[in-house]
Amino acid sequence: MAVIEARGLRKAFGATIALDGIDLRVEEGRILGLIGPNGAGKTTALNAILGLTPFQGELRVLERDPWNERDQLMRDVCFISDVAVLPRWIRVSQVLDYVAGVHPRFDRVKAEGFLAKTSIRRESKVRTLSKGMVTQLHLAIVMAIDARLLVLDEPTLGLDILYRKQFYDSLLSDYFDRKRTIVVATHQVDEIQHVLTDLMFIDRGRIVLDCSMEEVESRYREVMVNPDQLAAARALKPIHERQAMGRSILLFDRVDRRQLATFGDVRTPSIADLFVAVMDHEAGRALAQYEGAHR
Amino acid sequence: MNTETNVVSEPFDSQGLAPAAISPARRVYWSVRRELWENRYLYLVPLGVAALLLVAFLFGQMALPHHRMRTVLALEPAKQRAEIEMPYQMVEGLILGAAFFTGLFYCLEALYGERRDRSILFWKSLPVSDLTAVLAKASIPLGLLFFSFVITIVTQLSMLLLSTLVVWGSGLSTAQLWTQVPLLQWWLELGYHLLTVHALWYAPIYGWLLLISAWARRMPLLWAVLPPVAIGFVEKMAFNTSHFANWLWYRVNGPDPFHFSGSDSLSATAGGISMTGMTPLDLGKFFSTPGLWTGLVLAAAFLYAAARLRRYRGPI
Repeated sequence: MAVIEARGLRKAFGATIALDGIDLRVEEGRILGLIGPNGAGKTTALNAILGLTPFQGELRVLERDPWNERDQLMRDVCFISDVAVLPRWIRVSQVLDYVAGVHPRFDRVKAEGFLAKTSIRRESKVRTLSKGMVTQLHLAIVMAIDARLLVLDEPTLGLDILYRKQFYDSLLSDYFDRKRTIVVATHQVDEIQHVLTDLMFIDRGRIVLDCSMEEVESRYREVMVNPDQLAAARALKPIHERQAMGRSILLFDRVDRRQLATFGDVRTPSIADLFVAVMDHEAGRALAQYEGAHR
Repeated sequence: MNTETNVVSEPFDSQGLAPAAISPARRVYWSVRRELWENRYLYLVPLGVAALLLVAFLFGQMALPHHRMRTVLALEPAKQRAEIEMPYQMVEGLILGAAFFTGLFYCLEALYGERRDRSILFWKSLPVSDLTAVLAKASIPLGLLFFSFVITIVTQLSMLLLSTLVVWGSGLSTAQLWTQVPLLQWWLELGYHLLTVHALWYAPIYGWLLLISAWARRMPLLWAVLPPVAIGFVEKMAFNTSHFANWLWYRVNGPDPFHFSGSDSLSATAGGISMTGMTPLDLGKFFSTPGLWTGLVLAAAFLYAAARLRRYRGPI
């Protein structure tokens, strides 16, 4: 069963088109990384999924209409939108009381267990906690909710590297199982590479890449090519080319590994490199289309 | 948080667990409690005012020269009564006034503050509907009325007790004092006044403030006050009429002073006239005033609109 299913999802703010009719399907048990530059439409897409913004087109989340059934949906969906949304005046014990009071799937004992591993004290107010501790607190609450879908929008923004690493480690070891689904939007791409099962690139309101991590590994290859072999390598139509230490690194989509091996070591590109390649490629294609239309 | 990759000790089964249902009443209860955590001034202001007045009263009683007490007790009944009543009426007026303005201030801030500090995203991540949140917030000024009622009763009782001790200590008769302070009657009238004026007649005012609080992107106070004033002026300039201003005045001032006799008991009693009590005629007349019902319908419409708006609104 699809946890999220969207067809022709569209959202415009005045003349600005934030989502330009995207189709999306996220199956149960996946961890999807939604990656795109600032203003690409990531947050708008997540807000539509969470029932925080109205939209055009079809969208079902856990078989509900998020815009009209937000409160029921939130029994099965959790989200951390960014680090600064826990009210600053609330005490740690109060936020636990409140969530336990209104959320049928919140396990307070579990949340206390997660908090016991941190230095957060029950009587502290959120305003006195560091940014990293606030995120730990929010994560402890979210992980203690037995939800089916967890949505994270730049959850580790502004945190130092230790907290960022801990964040994803706890998510994987203490929370994720095959019945849960996680959608993460971020532009700190490298940190979530090892976490994801699926990858989606979004740019200017459109999905430019949508595939599983296995697919990424089987489709995309990167080779460092010596200058004398460059012409031959270019003939295989790399989608992107960059320079490193005086040599060219070429990125190929669906080109046979044995063919590439003649130029050097073949490896799977990092998500960050793939992202840059796909974005440049898209920009080039958009430019070509634009020029074609105006010739 | 631990960084080790330890395996989860018990496997979750999200489908197998049937979570205990949470009743709407429980969600409202926790939503109200959360308002009280955030806005402690709601009870601290009336309590503070009451404490201050009590201290002032105690000081006045202690400092009262003995002969002055005798003069008061020797006055003719009407004047004596006015003299003794005065501090009690002041306490009532000040506590209620403080609570009233606190309630107005709260309404204006309630749906605006959560957007300004971005916490609305946290509240919306929980299974509480916008209507529940708005109704919980709307119940706060009503609760505040009841709270200030109780505070007034306790304060006036303490004052009477203090006066009794002072009078008794100076060897005078306490009977006179007690007959001049008909607390029970005052409380009945106060309750009537709070219910009819502050709770029912003013309901659309609270609703309006909550609506503006949900709507404004900045300066909710200005948005709440300026447009009605502007409409009044524009009407006056354009048509030389004041229908809107009159209507607004009616909403603030009430249909007929007669119904609100409890409200200014101070002036009503100052001249020696006993306060108009709660009679069935009053209630019947009050509840058959069309303005009351249009006001309540308006209040409901404002609250509904505020709940709808909250759905659209994000952090500002």
